[in-house]
Amino acid sequence: MNNPIINNILLFIGLLFFQILIFNNINLFGYLNPFPYIAYIILFPYRKERSLLLISSFLLGLSLDFFADSGGVHAASLLFIAYFRLTFVRLILRKFESEYISFQLNTISFDKLIFYFFILILIHHFLMFGLEYFDINAIWPIIKRTIFSSIFTLLIVTFGYYLFVNSKK
Amino acid sequence: MQQIISFLLRNRYLLLFLLLEIVALILVIQNHSYHKSKIVSSSNAIVGNIYTKSSSIKDYFSLTIENQKLAEENAYLRNLLSIKNNSLDSLIQQVNDTIYHQEYNYIVAKVINNNYSNRNNHLTINKGHKHGIYKDMGVILPNGVMGVVKDVSSNFATIISILHEHSKINVGVKNSSHFGTMVWDGRTYEETQLLDFPRRASLKIGDTIITGGKSVLFPEGIPVGIIKDFKLRNNYYESINILLFADLSNVGFVYVVNNINKKEIEKLEQKLNE
Repeated sequence: MNNPIINNILLFIGLLFFQILIFNNINLFGYLNPFPYIAYIILFPYRKERSLLLISSFLLGLSLDFFADSGGVHAASLLFIAYFRLTFVRLILRKFESEYISFQLNTISFDKLIFYFFILILIHHFLMFGLEYFDINAIWPIIKRTIFSSIFTLLIVTFGYYLFVNSKK
Repeated sequence: MQQIISFLLRNRYLLLFLLLEIVALILVIQNHSYHKSKIVSSSNAIVGNIYTKSSSIKDYFSLTIENQKLAEENAYLRNLLSIKNNSLDSLIQQVNDTIYHQEYNYIVAKVINNNYSNRNNHLTINKGHKHGIYKDMGVILPNGVMGVVKDVSSNFATIISILHEHSKINVGVKNSSHFGTMVWDGRTYEETQLLDFPRRASLKIGDTIITGGKSVLFPEGIPVGIIKDFKLRNNYYESINILLFADLSNVGFVYVVNNINKKEIEKLEQKLNE
């Protein structure tokens, strides 16, 4: 179970199915859905070599688009945060390229980690809803949905992270 | 040459990112255009089969509601039957009735994936080419309109819900011959909006909205909803809201409408355009 390739394939499939079978059907208050599949970007191993991350996150997004009939909305937004992940690691977590090998998420303080999660989620959700509406006049519903869904996603990602990932130490 | 290669190598992640992002954006734009058939669609066999499995599990939890709906529909159909029997003595009505009923037949299909919380919502049903379903057929519910068939594979089809930016359904007010277009503003799945309603026509809160006869997709006279509220500005109707009869967050079975005369009507109309 410690093979990183198998772990990542399991993570990919697990998040995909959780998202399409459970989280896409929550519809809290009639319209609110969380998108915890973005945990893929957070949990994917931090390495200098990034092409695997880019390709696999594109594929994960595209698979979701197939299920949600949403064109390429998930693929575009997930790929975007996959590419800019390292920028936020540098800006928020203050880790640099030389530290990636030894870098582990569970060495980072709670508040910094939550902030890092939240920024990734916020950018992803804003892009996703923006591309879904594709209409500048709909900026208010886009922002409203981005904020509420982001909070929902953050709760589930944080909860899931401390329950399943960080407890394995 | 060496400089080009070293440039490519240095920026390989950026280039890979841009390439994939452009592919994704092309798919997004293609998805927003109504006429193109989509590449990324849940009407394919893999997605369809997964949704069939998951919906068969969900079905166990909604058996009571589904039973109740069927019972209600049974009662409604029984009522229709009794009306029909009673009107046998008035000949004209019966002729109208038979013409009306011969024009369409219905294919029952099960919704295996339902969306209503996005800006643009799609559904997947478990019938396809094999069962006689083709693009641009209307889809109705016992108490309303569901949408229009978009992509079809041999066993599955996707439907553009009336909760979609491209959905435009011809509707009218019951007991009047004025028509308008029903669209959705993306706010709540319980309400749709009525556009292009003539200002000389009278409209009251509580009026029943039915499907209009101008469309070849839907039979005329299916109840859709009631007028919830509207504004009057310079004698023009503005933001007319329709409260739907159907609960679109909970649909089990739908009827795909096959208009037998559709080809003939479209052929005639095409001649007019030439």
